[in-house]
Amino acid sequence: MIVKTIKVDQLARVEGEGALKVVARDGVVQSAELSIFEPPRFFEAFLRDRMYSEAPDITARICGICPVAYQMSAIHAMENALGVVVDGPLRDLRRLLYCGEWIESHTLHVYMLHAPDFLGYAGAIEMARDHADIVRRGLDLKKAGNAIIALLGGREIHPINVRVGGFYRAPRRRELQPLAEELKRARDGALATVRWTAGFDFPDVERDYEFVALRGDGEYPLNQGRIVSSRGLDIAAAEYDEHFEESHVEHSTALHAHLKARGAYLTGPLARYALNAASLSPIAREAAREAGLGSVCANPFRSIIVRAVEVLNACDEALRIIDQYEEPDRPAVDLEPRAGVGFAATEAPRGMLYHRYQLHADGKIADARIVPPTSQNQPSIEEDLKIFATAWLDLPDDALRHRCEQTIRNHDPCISCATHFLRLDVDRGG
Amino acid sequence: MARIRPRLAVWKFASCDGCQLSLLDCEDELLEIAGEVEIAHFLEATSASVEGPYDLSLVEGSVTTAHDAARIQEVRKQSRFLITIGACATAGGIQALRNFADVREYAAIVYARPDYIQTLATSTAISDHVKVDFELRGCPISTRQLVETISAFLAGRKPQTPPHSVCVECKIAGNLCVMVGHGTPCLGPVTHAGCGALCPSYNRGCYGCYGPMETPNTPSLSVWLSKLGMDEDALRRVYRTFNANADAFREESERHDR
Repeated sequence: MIVKTIKVDQLARVEGEGALKVVARDGVVQSAELSIFEPPRFFEAFLRDRMYSEAPDITARICGICPVAYQMSAIHAMENALGVVVDGPLRDLRRLLYCGEWIESHTLHVYMLHAPDFLGYAGAIEMARDHADIVRRGLDLKKAGNAIIALLGGREIHPINVRVGGFYRAPRRRELQPLAEELKRARDGALATVRWTAGFDFPDVERDYEFVALRGDGEYPLNQGRIVSSRGLDIAAAEYDEHFEESHVEHSTALHAHLKARGAYLTGPLARYALNAASLSPIAREAAREAGLGSVCANPFRSIIVRAVEVLNACDEALRIIDQYEEPDRPAVDLEPRAGVGFAATEAPRGMLYHRYQLHADGKIADARIVPPTSQNQPSIEEDLKIFATAWLDLPDDALRHRCEQTIRNHDPCISCATHFLRLDVDRGG
Repeated sequence: MARIRPRLAVWKFASCDGCQLSLLDCEDELLEIAGEVEIAHFLEATSASVEGPYDLSLVEGSVTTAHDAARIQEVRKQSRFLITIGACATAGGIQALRNFADVREYAAIVYARPDYIQTLATSTAISDHVKVDFELRGCPISTRQLVETISAFLAGRKPQTPPHSVCVECKIAGNLCVMVGHGTPCLGPVTHAGCGALCPSYNRGCYGCYGPMETPNTPSLSVWLSKLGMDEDALRRVYRTFNANADAFREESERHDR
């Protein structure tokens, strides 16, 4: 029997610390493990006995890459528990803030973490030596996303202006106008990004994923929507626990989520696109068509194009919100603490983020549950590795290792979210 | 002949990645910085890694495992200059809330199999383990202060990061005092400057994410906060967030422990 092991002890260009181990026997991959060894920080434990109003700022610290996603899931879940619906301009401002995070986080992944794989560089700084203009374009695009978060949230990382019920201060209309100018340039940069990524060489592979994403009411999903899947799931966030479960595996400090009925599923750009492409803005839909994406994209390597399309859509959506913005009468609605349970799922850049809180009558948190996108995607990432690596076993070790790392980076895993990240360990038995 | 550039390394311990992301958030300065220093180890940004020693190490995150307690010793040995970036590395971070609780209970709340989890009972600052040459405050750090700190290192001078309170920054910004003006509790009087009085500029009280300033008068502030309606429990929680294990905040929170 020929045994082959490929290992990567520390994955680079991912958020957090993780490792990878692939074991093959006689040319067939037996196991593929994405180990997450980022040390646990126990958020769900120390959230207990904190006030409901503290959850947005505390959970933001789960992830410095997508703090807005944590703040949004937390506020929606708390408002659900308190029986409040926030609508009108405050809802639009939340969508605008989330657009900023999508632009910033996706652009970081497209230009700095993922594109170097396709163009043969160790990272964006190395890539800049040969492609300075392109890297500059990426940095400008990322900066436009950050500009939205900084203006609306106070700062790019761990914004301070978000609260349950609304904001501490709502921006004046005239404050948003300079953003519009920057976003018009960013929209051009995003369109160029779609065309640039569409020209990369992609391995010709497809996977039969069950896609899971929110579906908005005629809008591309960000803050709200029903949880739907490509195999017929259609539920409210409050029903999440009935249909999904988490398990704890020894090689990971992250929990793995599964659909109780069918097992592994995929959330994130590919899933959102497959389930919501019709809700993209006309310019983003046209760019996707031109890039040859079709109505469903099941090749995870091509997720970089879908991310670029989503950046374009977010720039367009942000411009629409700024154009139609009317200043709210008050920056936040009034809230009364009460006992109850609240649920919310929102779309973080890398996939669906579910929060559930149980509150005491005085507004203190009795129980918290958070399921980040990377926990949900981890079983599918491991299946990708298992399926793809079998075809690549004859490649030299370095090339095989690189392909495996790329397979993981396709899904923009955030190990800080899922707890922590990655070593590649390929065991081919030879 | 090619100039020999100082070697920069970025290290991650228990954290959210936000402070190292701040380096990538310097969109206007990043390529210039990369020209002035050799980015020798920065896993989040590049898979290329150069062996030590390093001239400047930026350390993010706190020590929460036995493995990390050993690893920080190695990082120190490899580094001529070691600068901690952010509240986790400087004070233990939000994960230091375990220091006030039983970590085994915490593990049982989060994980089905707590026996799979290897962790220390405490989350501690880098300076509790090795000598630190400079500490950059904030949860997260300010990109402006990060660029200043790297520039100062390259110029061989001390970084200019004023040690006064957030109150001074409010005065500079011309903000109305949120405590005096509308009775909003604020940690500004005891919190280290650096954010530019961000929260008060958004009509919100400071929540202390830059940690305590030098010699803060926290007992006095607590008297004012209780006059604004905060009970003992709220006082304990307000000091017990992202810099909970910084001495001044820890001691003050313990004064309000039931």
